[in-house]
Amino acid sequence: MQASEQPIRVLVAKPGLDGHDRGAKVVAAALRDAGMEVIYGGLHQTADRIVEMAIQEDVDAVGLSILSGAHMTLFPKVRALLSEAGGGHILLTGGGIIPQEDMDALAEQGVGRLFGPGTTLQQLVDYIRDEVSNRRAAARS
Amino acid sequence: MTAATEADAMVRPERDLVARVRAGESIACARMMTWAERGDARFAAVYGEFESELGRARRIGITGPPGAGKSTLVERLATHWRAQERTIGIVAVDPSSPFSGGALLGDRVRMSSLALDKGVFIRSMATRGVFGGLARATDDLADVLDLYDRDDILLETVGVGQSEVDVARSTDLTLVVLHPGGGDTIQAMKAGLMEVADVYVVNKADMPGLEQLVHQLTDTLDVRDVPLDERPPILTTVASSGEGVAELAERIDALDAERRASGKRDARRAANLRLRVRRIVEGRLQHDIWQESGLARTLDERVADGRTLSAYGLADEILNAYRERRNLEGPA
Repeated sequence: MQASEQPIRVLVAKPGLDGHDRGAKVVAAALRDAGMEVIYGGLHQTADRIVEMAIQEDVDAVGLSILSGAHMTLFPKVRALLSEAGGGHILLTGGGIIPQEDMDALAEQGVGRLFGPGTTLQQLVDYIRDEVSNRRAAARS
Repeated sequence: MTAATEADAMVRPERDLVARVRAGESIACARMMTWAERGDARFAAVYGEFESELGRARRIGITGPPGAGKSTLVERLATHWRAQERTIGIVAVDPSSPFSGGALLGDRVRMSSLALDKGVFIRSMATRGVFGGLARATDDLADVLDLYDRDDILLETVGVGQSEVDVARSTDLTLVVLHPGGGDTIQAMKAGLMEVADVYVVNKADMPGLEQLVHQLTDTLDVRDVPLDERPPILTTVASSGEGVAELAERIDALDAERRASGKRDARRAANLRLRVRRIVEGRLQHDIWQESGLARTLDERVADGRTLSAYGLADEILNAYRERRNLEGPA
């Protein structure tokens, strides 16, 4: 069996205090319908809990939904903790109400693409699929 | 870790995997579980390095219909045993979508109190993501957790369907969790679930219909004519509040100790091993017939050429072709 045929595993979680989890649930369902295995981590997760889950579940990607405005602290923190825990290969992506300049600044810090309002679910699915298959190919070479 | 090995570990979490799992490195444990789950040949290749160390952990199955409260009960049991300094490994199995093959694995949400405890390792698994059968994969994942030095391994499955019942059979002890008012008892019996119970847990015991369900269970055991001293105990819990959980855990401890002493646990492990080896052999044989020998393609082609074919005739043809390719003798 080729590694590329293996289902993509994604952790979807909501860090921080805002309780609006509808977006995260819609995304989780869309990724499942695209054939991915989605571990739903739930609401109010701290950065270290998210990283612990991602490591134990051996996911390819972590998707965070942040609507609280805390994206400039939460994304870099999760990115740093993931890499520290040996999960440097894990894609960190997500979405929320995030200004473009913040997205650019986070991309500089190793965070993957972030998606704002108006994103289609297909764009999200395609991005994760492409990015994960690139990373898997890099790990094999 | 030097910078070089750190960078290496980043792209190759596979390095020295057995030693790292044994040393308690969680990312190594997680990666070895992925190998096991996917039927990666590397798992079988390293298995011999640690096989003789296995068997120390208690393996407990938790099964029952959806909505019975299994995940919450697992969280409570884990918390109980953690208070006694026992380390815990949990495998939570959820069904995949038969349409997309994808899965939404949500059991962790109900186990969030355990999230930062290094003494608890939780892994979610989708039924269709596994290669070569669910029972094969859960056995292997439990072995990895055993190597990872867990004292108790809890395997949670939705108890519907034969493959889940097989999982329940590959443990030292299995809890069948039911809840009142669900009307699920009869359905569960149809699925063959009742035969695998070592302990019945009637959860959500604060809901109406408790007595009725306990009666139904007792009746079922009467009908099956199980001798009184071999009957699985029926315990009641309210997992959401923790009521009855300590009693349940102590009952499990006592039952396990008794079975170790009497040799029943070893007898069950021998029976489990027999089943497991059969599953591995059958899985490999299947792979050999359909993939290695290329007969999956032969079958597709024969069906696609449109002529009327006999199912049994074609099966004979495939088997004969396989024997020929492998230089095997046919049936006498």
